[in-house]
Amino acid sequence: MIQTPTIDWAALSPELVLLAAAAISMLIAVLVPKWAEKATAAAVCALGFVGAFIAAGVLFAHSTDGHGVIADAIQRDQLAALAQMIIAGAGLLAVGVAYAGRGSWRHSGEFFALLASAGAGMIFLVAASNLLTLFLGLEWFSISLYILAAFDVDVVGSLEAGLKYLIVGSFGSAVLLFGSALVYGTTGHLDFSGIGATGEASDPLYIAGLAMIIAGLGFKASAAPFHMWTPDVYEGSPTGVTAFMAAATKTAALVLMLRVLTTAFPQRAELWTIAIAVLAVASLAVGNLAALVQRRVKRMLAYSSISHAGFMLIPIAAGNALGGRALLYYLIVYSAMSIGAFAVVAARERELGEAVTLDNLAGFGWERPFLGAAMFAFMLGFAGLPLTGGFIAKFYAFSAAYERGWIWLIIVGVIATAVSLYYYLAVVRAMYMRPAEELQLAPAGGSPPPERLVSTSVAVALVVTVGSFFAVQPLIDLATDAASSLSFPF
Amino acid sequence: MTTALIVVPIGGALLLWLVPFSRFWTGSIAFLISLVEVGLWIDALARFDFSQGLQFEAQQTWFSDLNVSYHVGLYGFSLWLVGLTVVVMACAVGYAFWTGRERARAYFGLMLLLTGAVVGVFASLDLLLFYAFWEGMLIPLYILVGVWGGPGRLAATLKFVIYTMVGSLLMLASIIVFGLQQGTFDLISSGTSSSIWIFLGFVAAFAVKAPLFPLHGWLPDAYRESSPEVAGVLSGVISKAAAFGFLAIAIRKFPGPTADLRTTILVLAAIGLVYGSFIAFRAPDFRGVVAYSSLAQMGLITLGLFANNSLGFDGAVLQMINHGLISAALFLLAGSVIRRTTTDDFAFLGGMAKGRPVLATVLMTTGIIALAVPGSSAFAGEFLILAGVFQEGWAWGVIGAGAIVLAAMYMLRLISAVLHRQRGGLVSDDALDLRPAELGVIGPLVVSLLVLSAWPAAISGHSFPTAAPSPVPAAAQAARVRCTEIPTQPRTNKCMTLPTARSSVQGVMTP
Repeated sequence: MIQTPTIDWAALSPELVLLAAAAISMLIAVLVPKWAEKATAAAVCALGFVGAFIAAGVLFAHSTDGHGVIADAIQRDQLAALAQMIIAGAGLLAVGVAYAGRGSWRHSGEFFALLASAGAGMIFLVAASNLLTLFLGLEWFSISLYILAAFDVDVVGSLEAGLKYLIVGSFGSAVLLFGSALVYGTTGHLDFSGIGATGEASDPLYIAGLAMIIAGLGFKASAAPFHMWTPDVYEGSPTGVTAFMAAATKTAALVLMLRVLTTAFPQRAELWTIAIAVLAVASLAVGNLAALVQRRVKRMLAYSSISHAGFMLIPIAAGNALGGRALLYYLIVYSAMSIGAFAVVAARERELGEAVTLDNLAGFGWERPFLGAAMFAFMLGFAGLPLTGGFIAKFYAFSAAYERGWIWLIIVGVIATAVSLYYYLAVVRAMYMRPAEELQLAPAGGSPPPERLVSTSVAVALVVTVGSFFAVQPLIDLATDAASSLSFPF
Repeated sequence: MTTALIVVPIGGALLLWLVPFSRFWTGSIAFLISLVEVGLWIDALARFDFSQGLQFEAQQTWFSDLNVSYHVGLYGFSLWLVGLTVVVMACAVGYAFWTGRERARAYFGLMLLLTGAVVGVFASLDLLLFYAFWEGMLIPLYILVGVWGGPGRLAATLKFVIYTMVGSLLMLASIIVFGLQQGTFDLISSGTSSSIWIFLGFVAAFAVKAPLFPLHGWLPDAYRESSPEVAGVLSGVISKAAAFGFLAIAIRKFPGPTADLRTTILVLAAIGLVYGSFIAFRAPDFRGVVAYSSLAQMGLITLGLFANNSLGFDGAVLQMINHGLISAALFLLAGSVIRRTTTDDFAFLGGMAKGRPVLATVLMTTGIIALAVPGSSAFAGEFLILAGVFQEGWAWGVIGAGAIVLAAMYMLRLISAVLHRQRGGLVSDDALDLRPAELGVIGPLVVSLLVLSAWPAAISGHSFPTAAPSPVPAAAQAARVRCTEIPTQPRTNKCMTLPTARSSVQGVMTP
C-alpha cells in the first residue's frame, strides 16, 4: 500500500476553483449555442478568477504561520497567498481586456478555458516549495500560454508569436530543468529548505545549477539577456493575452525567484545577489534603450516590461526584507498599470481594426477623455512620477538597494528612469499634443461599438494605480506580512 | 489651514474635469476658486504670528516603515511665497479666462492643479512629499506648454522635461540616501548632513529649475513657446520653488557642503546674472528680454541666498516676491501686446504709447520697478542682497551693482522699443488700449508691487522670526558669520544670538 500524503484542500482551493472554471468553459464550447458561447465562457472564467481571488484572500488571512503542505510539495504562506491574489486580480482584468479583442472568436470556450488554466498554473507555481512542483507549475502555465499566444490563427503575427514563445520558452524550461537536476545531484534534496540546509555550497555543479535556475526563471520574467522572445510575443499575441502575460507571468516568475533564492540558496547569497543585480542592470539598459525607437505601442510596452523586470530585480538583488516588501508592492502596482495600458491599447485596436502606433494615437486623448487620461496615468506610473503608485514602488525599490549599500544600483535605476521618460511621454505627446488634423477616429466603415468591459478594466486598473499612491500603508502592511514568510540573507 | 490651501485648488481641478460645465462656467468657476484661494491666504496672513517660526502645521502618517508622512506647515517666508503663488495664479487664470482657451475644462483644471502643487511645494515639511509636489508641478506644466503653446512647443517641452527630470531624479536619489541615513524623511526631525554628493543631488534639481547658469538651456524656448500666462507662472512662480529649495533644504540641511561649495555657486550665480543681463539687452523680442532677465534675476536671488547671512536671506525673499510679480506682469503685458500686433518682435513694434495711456502707464510702472529705481521694492530687495553679499567679499557687491545698471539698460530698451520710437510696422492705429479686464488681472500685480515699494519691510522684516533664532539663517549662519562687522545691520539682535546658534542647529529645526 502506497502511503498517500494528507492533502490540505484549502491550500489548493484557488487552483481548484480556476481549474473548475476551465473545465466548465471547455464544456460551454460544446454545450452552449454559438451566439452565447463567448459571453458565458468569459463570465465563467471571470467568476473563476473572482473565486480564486477570494480563496487566496481567505488563505492570506489564515496562513500567518507559513508551513509546507501536501508532503511539503507546496508552501502555504502569506507570500504565496498575496501573489495569488495579484495573479487572480490580473486574470480578472485580463478577461475584460480579452473580451473586447477583435480576433476570431470561433473558439471562445477554449480561449477562456486556457486563460483560467494558465492562471491556475501560475497560482500553483508561486506556492511551489520543491524543484518538481516548481517545474510542474512553470510548464503548466507556459503550455497554456503557448496556445493562447497563437490563438488568433488568422493573423500571421500571432502564429509567429506562439511558435517563438514555444521554442524559446521550452529552451528556458529545459535550462531550468537542467539546473534543477544539477542542484538535486549535488545536494540530494528537492525541497527548497532541504537544499538550503545542506553544506554543499561550493561545488561547481551546484553553482552551475543555481545559475541555470536563475536563467530559466529569467526567461519567464523576461529579464535581459533572456528577453529576446518578449517583443515579438507581446506584439503578436491577442492583446488580452499580452496583458495577462505582462502582469501575471512576471508576478509568478519574480515571486518564485525571490522564494527559491532566499529559501534554497541562502549560503550563496553574496553570489546570487550580484548575479541578479547584473541581470537588473542589463534589463534596464536593454529595455529602455530599445523602447526609445519603437513606434508600435505594444512593442514599446514589451520593452518597457523588460525594463520593469529590471526595476523589480533591484529589490530581489538587495536580498533584504525591505526588498521583499518593495517587490510585492511593485508587483501590485505594475500589474495594474500594465494591464491598464494594454486595455487602452485593446480599446484603440478595436476602434481602428489595426495595430496601434504612436501615429494613430494622435488626438486619442481628446476624443476619448477617460481612456486618454487613464493611459496618461499609466504612463506616468511606468515612469515613476508621483500621483501614481509607480513612484512609491520605485522609491521602495531604490530604498532596498540603499539598505544593501548599493548606491550605484540606485544611480543606474535613476538614469534608466530618466531615459524611460522619453518614450512614455511620447505616448502622452501623441495622445494630446499632435495637431488636430492628424486625428484618426475610425477606419472607413465605422468601428464596432466601444466595449464597456474594457473601460471597466481600465477603471479598476486606474483606481489601483492612483490609489496605491495614497493608500501606501495598507498595501505595505500586506507586503510586509507576505515578505515575513521568508527569511532574507541581508 | 495649510491643507486647505493645497486641497481647494486640487479639488477644484477634479470638479472641472468630472462635471461637464460649459466653457463660460468652467472659466468662471476656475477664477472663483483661485480667488477663494487668495482669500484663504489672506486669512492665513492675518492669523500668522511673524515673531514665531513654523505655523499652521498638520501631520498625518503616510507610510510608517520608512517614516514618511504628510507633514505641512508654513514659515514666514513660505507664507509669502504661497501668497505670490496664489496671486499670480489667480491673475493667470483670470487672464486665460478673458482671452479664452481651447479645451477650457482641461486647461483650467490643469492650472488649478498646478496651483495646488506649487503651494504644496512651499508648504511641505517632508522630503518625499516635497518631491511628490515638485513632480506634481511638472506634469501640468508639461501639458500646459505642450498643448496650448506656440508652434515650437513640442521641442520646447521635450527640452524642458528632460532638463528638469534629470535634475529631479538626481534629487530623488539624494532624498532616498538622505532620508534613510537620517531614519526619517521629515524635514523638522531630521538632522543635517555633511555629504557633498547628497547636497549636489539637491542642488542639481534646484539649479535646473531656477535656472542657474549653465543649466538654463531649456529656458528661452519654454518661456517663448508657452502662452503668456503660463510663461508668467513659469518665471514668476515655478522658478521660486527652486530658490525655496535652496533656502529650505540645501542651505538648511547641508551647512557644511554649503560652506564648502558656496564660492562655486556664487560664481555661477554671478555669471548667470551678468550673462543673462547682456543677453536680455540683445534679445530681439519682448518675451526674450523677460526670459533672460529672469535668468539674471534668479542669479541675483541665488547670490543673496548663498551670501548665507540674514541680510542676504531677507533680500532674497523680498526679491523672489518682487521678481515673481514683475515677470508675471511683464509676460501678461507681452501677451496683450501680441494680441494687438500678432508679434512681440521689437522690429515690428514701437510707438504704442501714443493713444494707449493705460498700457503705457502699466508697462512703464512695471518696467521702472523692474530696473530697481531707488524707492521701488526691487531696489530694496537688490540693496539687501548686495549688502548681504558684500559681507562675503566686495567683489560680489561690485558685480551685483554692475548688473543693476545692466537691468536699467535692458528694461529701458524694452520700454522704448515697445512704447516709444516710431510706430512699428505691425502696430495699427486701431490697436486698442488695455481693456478693463486686462487691467483687472494685470493691475493687482502692479498694485502689489507699488505697495511693496512703499513698505518693503512687510516682507524683508517678516520672513524669518524675530523672537527666536530664525530657523533657516541661524542654521546656515552657524557655518560662518560676519554680521557684526557691518554697522548698518538692521536687526543686530539676530546676529548677537548667532554664536550660540551653532550649537543649536538641531534645536532650531523644531518650531
